[in-house]
Amino acid sequence: MSIFEYNGSALVAMVGKNCFAIASDRRLGVQLQTIATDFQRISKIHDRVFLGLSGLATDAQTLYQRLVFRHKLYQLREERDMKPETFANLVSAILYEKRFGPYFCQPVIAGLGDEDKPFICTMDSIGAKELAKDFVVAGTASESLYGACESMFKQDMEPEELFETVSQALLSSVDRDCLSGWGGHVYVVTPTEVKERILKGRMD
Amino acid sequence: MECVFGLVGNDFAVVAADTSAVHSILVHKSNEDKIMILDSHKLIAASGESGDRVQFTEYIQKNVALYQFRNGIPLTTAAAANFTRGELATALRKNPYFVNILLAGYDKETGPSLYYIDYIATLHKVDKGAFGYGSYFSLAMMDRHYHSGMTVEEAIELVDKCIVEIRSRLVVAPPNFVIKIVDKEGAREYAWRESVKDAAVASA
Repeated sequence: MSIFEYNGSALVAMVGKNCFAIASDRRLGVQLQTIATDFQRISKIHDRVFLGLSGLATDAQTLYQRLVFRHKLYQLREERDMKPETFANLVSAILYEKRFGPYFCQPVIAGLGDEDKPFICTMDSIGAKELAKDFVVAGTASESLYGACESMFKQDMEPEELFETVSQALLSSVDRDCLSGWGGHVYVVTPTEVKERILKGRMD
Repeated sequence: MECVFGLVGNDFAVVAADTSAVHSILVHKSNEDKIMILDSHKLIAASGESGDRVQFTEYIQKNVALYQFRNGIPLTTAAAANFTRGELATALRKNPYFVNILLAGYDKETGPSLYYIDYIATLHKVDKGAFGYGSYFSLAMMDRHYHSGMTVEEAIELVDKCIVEIRSRLVVAPPNFVIKIVDKEGAREYAWRESVKDAAVASA
């Protein structure tokens, strides 16, 4: 079994009209056994940048701690928050540092940049960035997520419609993947507020 | 195969571990205590390679004590769990410890808590957790009978149910178990469940 499939994960981020949504599943497993159904994969770096980490949970936790550390240092030096594009470059650099002994994670970065323009990107475990204008996916359910997002996505969705689309895409994809699921965690971020919602899907 | 499991009750946390020390087909002893009292209000139940288990848990115990000497106050359970995870994570890509840990503790402000830390340094706060082949049986029993806010009597009844399942359904079931509890009074041994007693040492 691949090391990326040891814990199981599903992540998706989608762009809407002056907003974005980032969603993940909630399962923490050890191969076939489920350990917890309330695992947090998405973390807030600051009010306008969110980071989701799929793949091996221990590396996701280590990487998250390193990135928060670097962002706090940046805040102290620059006296401002990092732009999402800058943060994505930082993640990419940190991952490539370990090119010949990598972190087994696939990050998804979503944020609001200048003029509240939504920004999403994903990268592989050694930091190869993939910018997208519509959606990005990661995790063991990524193939299903690609299909679901491609068919359900529309340009310029309002936050409420974006939430519905992301939720349906996530739930239908994780139902076809035994290693991810047990509910969903969706963040819909607009320039004025962050709405966090828990989804109840097939609890298996 | 080593069985460790634990759960959080109403104002206490309880952990149970088997007590057999095995090398290949030989049982060296069947009264090996695998639950270390970390400090006055913390328990660390560990399973895995025996050398690593003893070395690593003693290392954590001494460092937790050092913190208390240096700072005059004890570590919280969350802090101790994160420290333990950090040590495992640092060692992971150099010289990994093959030890799975359930860290149970009681803090005055936050009450009882249980942390699942596996050998590759995945940390998660849980209400019930288990390691080893016995986890297939004990987690299933706990999923069925556990509810939040259990009394000590209810929790011990559930622990006994798990032990009965492990003894009857696991092919290389360990015969003896030790149960330890931590609450606002502190961490202490609760009971042993022995079905095989070591022969007394013959006198000269």
